[in-house]
Amino acid sequence: MDYNPFSLVGKTILVTGASSGIGQETAIACSKLGARVIVTARNQERLQETFDQLETIDEGHMQLLADMTSQEDLEQLIASLPSLDGAVLCAGNSTTLPLQFGSRQKFDEMFDVNFFAPVELLRLMYKKKVLQKGASVVMIASIGGTHSFMPGNGVYGASKAALNSVMKYAAREYASRKIRVNSICPGMVDTPLIHRGTITEEQLAEDAKKYPLGRYGRPEDIANGAIYLLSDASSWLTGHDLVIDGGFSI
Amino acid sequence: MNIQDFIENFAAQFDDTDEALFTAETEFKALDEWSSLTALSIIAMVDDEYDVIIKGSDILNSNTIQDLFEIVENQQQ
Repeated sequence: MDYNPFSLVGKTILVTGASSGIGQETAIACSKLGARVIVTARNQERLQETFDQLETIDEGHMQLLADMTSQEDLEQLIASLPSLDGAVLCAGNSTTLPLQFGSRQKFDEMFDVNFFAPVELLRLMYKKKVLQKGASVVMIASIGGTHSFMPGNGVYGASKAALNSVMKYAAREYASRKIRVNSICPGMVDTPLIHRGTITEEQLAEDAKKYPLGRYGRPEDIANGAIYLLSDASSWLTGHDLVIDGGFSI
Repeated sequence: MNIQDFIENFAAQFDDTDEALFTAETEFKALDEWSSLTALSIIAMVDDEYDVIIKGSDILNSNTIQDLFEIVENQQQ
Protein backbone atom coordinates (compact mmCIF):
# COMPACT_ATOMS: atom_id res chain seq x y z
CA MET A 1 0.00 0.00 0.00
CA ASP A 2 2.26 2.82 -1.10
CA TYR A 3 -0.39 4.55 -3.21
CA ASN A 4 -0.50 8.16 -2.06
CA PRO A 5 -1.37 10.92 -4.55
CA PHE A 6 -0.76 13.49 -1.78
CA SER A 7 2.85 12.48 -1.16
CA LEU A 8 5.35 15.33 -1.05
CA VAL A 9 8.45 13.12 -1.15
CA GLY A 10 11.19 14.70 -3.23
CA LYS A 11 9.62 18.16 -3.12
CA THR A 12 11.24 21.22 -1.55
CA ILE A 13 8.62 23.52 -0.07
CA LEU A 14 8.87 27.01 1.44
CA VAL A 15 6.44 27.96 4.21
CA THR A 16 6.26 31.60 5.37
CA GLY A 17 4.69 32.62 8.67
CA ALA A 18 5.87 29.23 9.90
CA SER A 19 6.28 30.21 13.55
CA SER A 20 2.63 29.88 14.50
CA GLY A 21 -0.92 28.99 13.52
CA ILE A 22 -1.65 27.82 9.98
CA GLY A 23 1.97 28.26 8.82
CA GLN A 24 3.37 26.14 11.62
CA GLU A 25 0.84 23.36 11.10
CA THR A 26 1.40 23.39 7.33
CA ALA A 27 5.17 23.14 7.70
CA ILE A 28 4.88 20.16 10.04
CA ALA A 29 2.29 18.43 7.82
CA CYS A 30 4.50 18.87 4.74
CA SER A 31 7.42 17.25 6.58
CA LYS A 32 5.23 14.30 7.57
CA LEU A 33 4.42 13.71 3.91
CA GLY A 34 8.10 13.57 3.08
CA ALA A 35 8.87 17.08 1.85
CA ARG A 36 12.06 18.97 2.46
CA VAL A 37 10.70 22.05 4.24
CA ILE A 38 12.17 25.55 4.35
CA VAL A 39 10.52 27.49 7.17
CA THR A 40 10.70 31.24 7.54
CA ALA A 41 9.34 33.79 10.05
CA ARG A 42 10.47 36.86 12.00
CA ASN A 43 10.94 35.41 15.47
CA GLN A 44 13.96 33.14 15.92
CA GLU A 45 12.76 31.43 19.08
CA ARG A 46 9.31 30.54 17.74
CA LEU A 47 10.71 29.55 14.35
CA GLN A 48 13.07 27.16 16.13
CA GLU A 49 10.05 25.60 17.89
CA THR A 50 8.50 24.84 14.51
CA PHE A 51 11.78 23.60 13.10
CA ASP A 52 12.18 21.20 16.03
CA GLN A 53 8.77 19.70 15.29
CA LEU A 54 9.51 18.86 11.65
CA GLU A 55 9.61 15.14 10.90
CA THR A 56 12.94 14.13 9.48
CA ILE A 57 11.83 11.89 6.62
CA ASP A 58 13.82 14.29 4.47
CA GLU A 59 16.96 15.52 6.21
CA GLY A 60 17.45 18.77 4.35
CA HIS A 61 15.08 21.06 6.25
CA MET A 62 16.19 24.69 6.63
CA GLN A 63 15.09 27.67 8.70
CA LEU A 64 15.62 31.22 7.47
CA LEU A 65 14.80 34.30 9.53
CA ALA A 66 13.14 37.10 7.59
CA ASP A 67 10.71 39.95 8.08
CA MET A 68 8.51 39.72 5.00
CA THR A 69 7.82 43.47 5.05
CA SER A 70 11.53 44.32 4.71
CA GLN A 71 12.75 44.47 1.10
CA GLU A 72 16.30 43.77 2.29
CA ASP A 73 15.20 40.65 4.17
CA LEU A 74 13.14 39.49 1.19
CA GLU A 75 16.06 39.80 -1.19
CA GLN A 76 18.36 38.01 1.24
CA LEU A 77 15.76 35.25 1.61
CA ILE A 78 15.50 34.85 -2.16
CA ALA A 79 19.30 34.60 -2.42
CA SER A 80 19.38 31.90 0.28
CA LEU A 81 16.59 29.72 -1.10
CA PRO A 82 17.19 26.48 -2.96
CA SER A 83 15.04 25.67 -6.02
CA LEU A 84 11.45 25.20 -4.90
CA ASP A 85 8.71 22.79 -5.91
CA GLY A 86 6.19 24.58 -3.76
CA ALA A 87 5.56 27.57 -1.52
CA VAL A 88 2.84 28.27 1.01
CA LEU A 89 2.55 31.95 1.82
CA CYS A 90 0.98 32.09 5.29
CA ALA A 91 2.58 35.20 6.83
CA GLY A 92 -0.19 37.67 7.56
CA ASN A 93 -2.02 39.69 10.12
CA SER A 94 -5.57 40.76 10.85
CA THR A 95 -7.46 43.65 12.35
CA THR A 96 -11.05 44.24 13.36
CA LEU A 97 -11.96 47.81 12.56
CA PRO A 98 -15.19 49.49 11.39
CA LEU A 99 -14.59 51.14 8.01
CA GLN A 100 -15.09 54.66 9.35
CA PHE A 101 -11.85 54.14 11.29
CA GLY A 102 -10.04 52.60 8.33
CA SER A 103 -7.63 55.45 7.66
CA ARG A 104 -5.04 55.31 4.90
CA GLN A 105 -2.50 54.41 7.60
CA LYS A 106 -4.57 51.44 8.82
CA PHE A 107 -5.03 50.18 5.25
CA ASP A 108 -1.31 50.63 4.55
CA GLU A 109 -0.33 48.64 7.64
CA MET A 110 -2.64 45.78 6.65
CA PHE A 111 -1.72 45.80 2.95
CA ASP A 112 2.03 45.89 3.71
CA VAL A 113 1.79 42.56 5.54
CA ASN A 114 -1.08 40.78 3.81
CA PHE A 115 -0.69 41.97 0.24
CA PHE A 116 2.58 43.68 -0.72
CA ALA A 117 4.84 41.26 1.18
CA PRO A 118 3.50 37.99 -0.34
CA VAL A 119 3.07 39.56 -3.77
CA GLU A 120 6.68 40.80 -3.80
CA LEU A 121 7.93 37.42 -2.59
CA LEU A 122 5.96 35.68 -5.33
CA ARG A 123 7.27 38.11 -7.95
CA LEU A 124 10.90 37.60 -6.93
CA MET A 125 10.56 33.80 -6.66
CA TYR A 126 9.25 33.74 -10.22
CA LYS A 127 11.57 36.34 -11.72
CA LYS A 128 14.71 34.82 -10.15
CA LYS A 129 13.48 31.35 -11.15
CA VAL A 130 13.56 30.10 -7.58
CA LEU A 131 10.26 28.41 -8.40
CA GLN A 132 11.02 25.46 -10.63
CA LYS A 133 8.90 24.56 -13.65
CA GLY A 134 5.82 22.73 -12.41
CA ALA A 135 5.97 24.28 -8.94
CA SER A 136 2.83 24.95 -6.91
CA VAL A 137 2.18 28.16 -4.96
CA VAL A 138 -0.49 28.40 -2.26
CA MET A 139 -1.55 31.79 -0.89
CA ILE A 140 -3.46 31.84 2.38
CA ALA A 141 -6.24 34.37 1.76
CA SER A 142 -9.62 34.43 3.55
CA ILE A 143 -13.33 34.14 2.91
CA GLY A 144 -13.34 37.77 4.12
CA GLY A 145 -13.40 40.19 1.20
CA THR A 146 -14.54 37.68 -1.43
CA HIS A 147 -17.06 35.26 0.07
CA SER A 148 -18.00 36.95 3.34
CA PHE A 149 -18.39 40.59 4.34
CA MET A 150 -18.76 40.73 8.12
CA PRO A 151 -18.88 44.22 9.70
CA GLY A 152 -15.49 45.23 11.06
CA ASN A 153 -13.52 43.08 8.61
CA GLY A 154 -13.27 45.54 5.72
CA VAL A 155 -9.62 46.58 6.01
CA TYR A 156 -8.49 42.98 6.46
CA GLY A 157 -10.89 41.57 3.85
CA ALA A 158 -9.85 44.11 1.22
CA SER A 159 -6.18 43.07 1.60
CA LYS A 160 -7.10 39.40 1.18
CA ALA A 161 -9.40 40.11 -1.79
CA ALA A 162 -6.53 41.92 -3.49
CA LEU A 163 -4.31 38.91 -2.81
CA ASN A 164 -6.90 36.59 -4.36
CA SER A 165 -6.99 38.79 -7.44
CA VAL A 166 -3.22 38.67 -7.95
CA MET A 167 -3.36 34.90 -7.38
CA LYS A 168 -5.61 34.51 -10.43
CA TYR A 169 -3.48 36.76 -12.66
CA ALA A 170 -0.33 34.90 -11.57
CA ALA A 171 -2.04 31.58 -12.35
CA ARG A 172 -2.63 32.76 -15.93
CA GLU A 173 0.83 34.23 -16.45
CA TYR A 174 2.87 31.56 -14.69
CA ALA A 175 1.12 28.71 -16.51
CA SER A 176 3.72 29.18 -19.25
CA ARG A 177 6.18 27.52 -16.82
CA LYS A 178 3.50 25.09 -15.64
CA ILE A 179 3.64 26.82 -12.27
CA ARG A 180 0.29 26.58 -10.51
CA VAL A 181 -0.99 29.32 -8.21
CA ASN A 182 -4.00 28.80 -5.95
CA SER A 183 -5.29 30.20 -2.69
CA ILE A 184 -7.09 28.89 0.35
CA CYS A 185 -9.89 31.00 1.80
CA PRO A 186 -10.36 29.86 5.38
CA GLY A 187 -13.19 30.88 7.66
CA MET A 188 -12.27 31.64 11.27
CA VAL A 189 -9.46 29.31 12.32
CA ASP A 190 -8.48 28.91 15.96
CA THR A 191 -4.98 30.44 15.95
CA PRO A 192 -3.28 33.09 18.15
CA LEU A 193 -4.36 35.67 15.54
CA ILE A 194 -8.02 35.58 16.62
CA HIS A 195 -7.27 35.79 20.34
CA ARG A 196 -5.95 39.34 20.42
CA GLY A 197 -8.78 40.52 22.64
CA THR A 198 -10.70 42.93 20.38
CA ILE A 199 -13.35 40.23 20.20
CA THR A 200 -13.97 38.59 23.58
CA GLU A 201 -13.70 34.82 24.09
CA GLU A 202 -17.45 34.78 24.78
CA GLN A 203 -18.15 36.49 21.44
CA LEU A 204 -15.85 34.05 19.64
CA ALA A 205 -17.65 31.07 21.19
CA GLU A 206 -20.99 32.56 20.12
CA ASP A 207 -19.69 33.26 16.60
CA ALA A 208 -18.42 29.69 16.21
CA LYS A 209 -22.03 28.51 16.54
CA LYS A 210 -22.83 30.25 13.23
CA TYR A 211 -20.71 27.68 11.41
CA PRO A 212 -22.87 24.89 9.92
CA LEU A 213 -20.27 22.30 10.92
CA GLY A 214 -20.48 23.62 14.48
CA ARG A 215 -16.97 24.87 15.17
CA TYR A 216 -14.17 27.15 14.03
CA GLY A 217 -11.45 25.65 11.87
CA ARG A 218 -8.31 24.05 13.22
CA PRO A 219 -4.91 24.78 11.66
CA GLU A 220 -4.76 21.20 10.31
CA ASP A 221 -8.01 21.76 8.37
CA ILE A 222 -6.14 24.38 6.35
CA ALA A 223 -2.81 22.51 6.25
CA ASN A 224 -4.56 19.53 4.66
CA GLY A 225 -5.95 21.78 1.93
CA ALA A 226 -2.46 23.17 1.33
CA ILE A 227 -1.12 19.62 1.00
CA TYR A 228 -3.64 18.85 -1.71
CA LEU A 229 -2.71 22.02 -3.60
CA LEU A 230 1.04 21.31 -3.27
CA SER A 231 0.82 17.67 -4.27
CA ASP A 232 0.56 16.12 -7.71
CA ALA A 233 -3.06 15.27 -6.84
CA SER A 234 -3.96 18.81 -7.93
CA SER A 235 -1.82 18.86 -11.09
CA TRP A 236 -4.69 20.22 -13.20
CA LEU A 237 -5.85 22.86 -10.73
CA THR A 238 -4.74 26.47 -10.97
CA GLY A 239 -6.23 29.90 -10.27
CA HIS A 240 -8.62 28.42 -7.74
CA ASP A 241 -9.64 29.87 -4.36
CA LEU A 242 -10.38 26.89 -2.17
CA VAL A 243 -12.95 27.80 0.48
CA ILE A 244 -12.43 25.85 3.72
CA ASP A 245 -14.89 27.33 6.19
CA GLY A 246 -17.11 24.69 7.78
CA GLY A 247 -19.93 25.84 5.50
CA PHE A 248 -20.01 29.42 6.82
CA SER A 249 -20.20 31.14 3.43
CA ILE A 250 -22.90 28.91 1.95
CA MET B 1 -8.51 63.54 29.15
CA ASN B 2 -11.82 64.68 30.63
CA ILE B 3 -15.06 62.83 31.07
CA GLN B 4 -17.17 65.32 29.10
CA ASP B 5 -15.11 64.88 25.91
CA PHE B 6 -15.12 61.15 26.44
CA ILE B 7 -18.92 61.09 26.68
CA GLU B 8 -19.16 63.14 23.48
CA ASN B 9 -16.80 60.82 21.62
CA PHE B 10 -18.71 57.87 23.00
CA ALA B 11 -22.07 59.26 21.91
CA ALA B 12 -20.73 59.93 18.41
CA GLN B 13 -20.62 56.18 17.79
CA PHE B 14 -24.42 56.04 17.98
CA ASP B 15 -26.88 57.09 15.28
CA ASP B 16 -30.36 56.86 16.77
CA THR B 17 -29.95 57.33 20.51
CA ASP B 18 -30.90 60.72 22.00
CA GLU B 19 -27.71 62.56 23.02
CA ALA B 20 -29.32 63.54 26.32
CA LEU B 21 -29.22 59.88 27.33
CA PHE B 22 -25.41 59.88 27.47
CA THR B 23 -24.01 60.72 30.90
CA ALA B 24 -21.17 59.30 32.97
CA GLU B 25 -23.71 57.02 34.64
CA THR B 26 -25.27 55.67 31.45
CA GLU B 27 -25.35 51.88 31.38
CA PHE B 28 -24.46 51.80 27.71
CA LYS B 29 -24.93 48.10 26.99
CA ALA B 30 -28.60 48.47 27.96
CA LEU B 31 -29.20 51.00 25.17
CA ASP B 32 -31.45 49.69 22.38
CA GLU B 33 -28.92 50.62 19.74
CA TRP B 34 -25.98 48.84 21.39
CA SER B 35 -24.47 46.12 19.14
CA SER B 36 -21.23 44.28 18.56
CA LEU B 37 -20.40 46.78 15.81
CA THR B 38 -20.85 49.66 18.28
CA ALA B 39 -18.41 47.88 20.58
CA LEU B 40 -15.86 47.71 17.73
CA SER B 41 -16.42 51.41 17.04
CA ILE B 42 -15.82 52.31 20.69
CA ILE B 43 -12.55 50.31 20.67
CA ALA B 44 -11.45 52.05 17.45
CA MET B 45 -12.50 55.48 18.76
CA VAL B 46 -10.44 54.99 21.95
CA ASP B 47 -7.42 54.00 19.83
CA ASP B 48 -7.91 57.03 17.55
CA GLU B 49 -8.65 59.68 20.17
CA TYR B 50 -6.67 58.49 23.19
CA ASP B 51 -3.99 56.24 21.71
CA VAL B 52 -5.04 53.43 24.04
CA ILE B 53 -5.77 49.86 22.94
CA ILE B 54 -8.64 48.47 24.99
CA LYS B 55 -9.98 44.95 24.70
CA GLY B 56 -13.46 43.57 24.17
CA SER B 57 -13.33 42.33 27.76
CA ASP B 58 -12.81 45.92 29.01
CA ILE B 59 -16.15 46.77 27.45
CA LEU B 60 -17.71 43.60 28.80
CA ASN B 61 -16.50 44.47 32.31
CA SER B 62 -17.77 48.07 32.19
CA ASN B 63 -21.32 48.95 33.10
CA THR B 64 -21.27 52.72 32.78
CA ILE B 65 -19.42 55.14 30.51
CA GLN B 66 -17.56 56.26 33.66
CA ASP B 67 -16.27 52.69 34.17
CA LEU B 68 -14.81 52.62 30.68
CA PHE B 69 -13.44 56.13 31.03
CA GLU B 70 -11.48 55.01 34.09
CA ILE B 71 -10.05 52.00 32.25
CA VAL B 72 -8.84 54.24 29.42
CA GLU B 73 -7.50 56.86 31.84
CA ASN B 74 -5.56 54.20 33.77
CA GLN B 75 -3.98 52.83 30.61
CA GLN B 76 -2.97 56.26 29.43
CA GLN B 77 -0.77 56.79 32.50
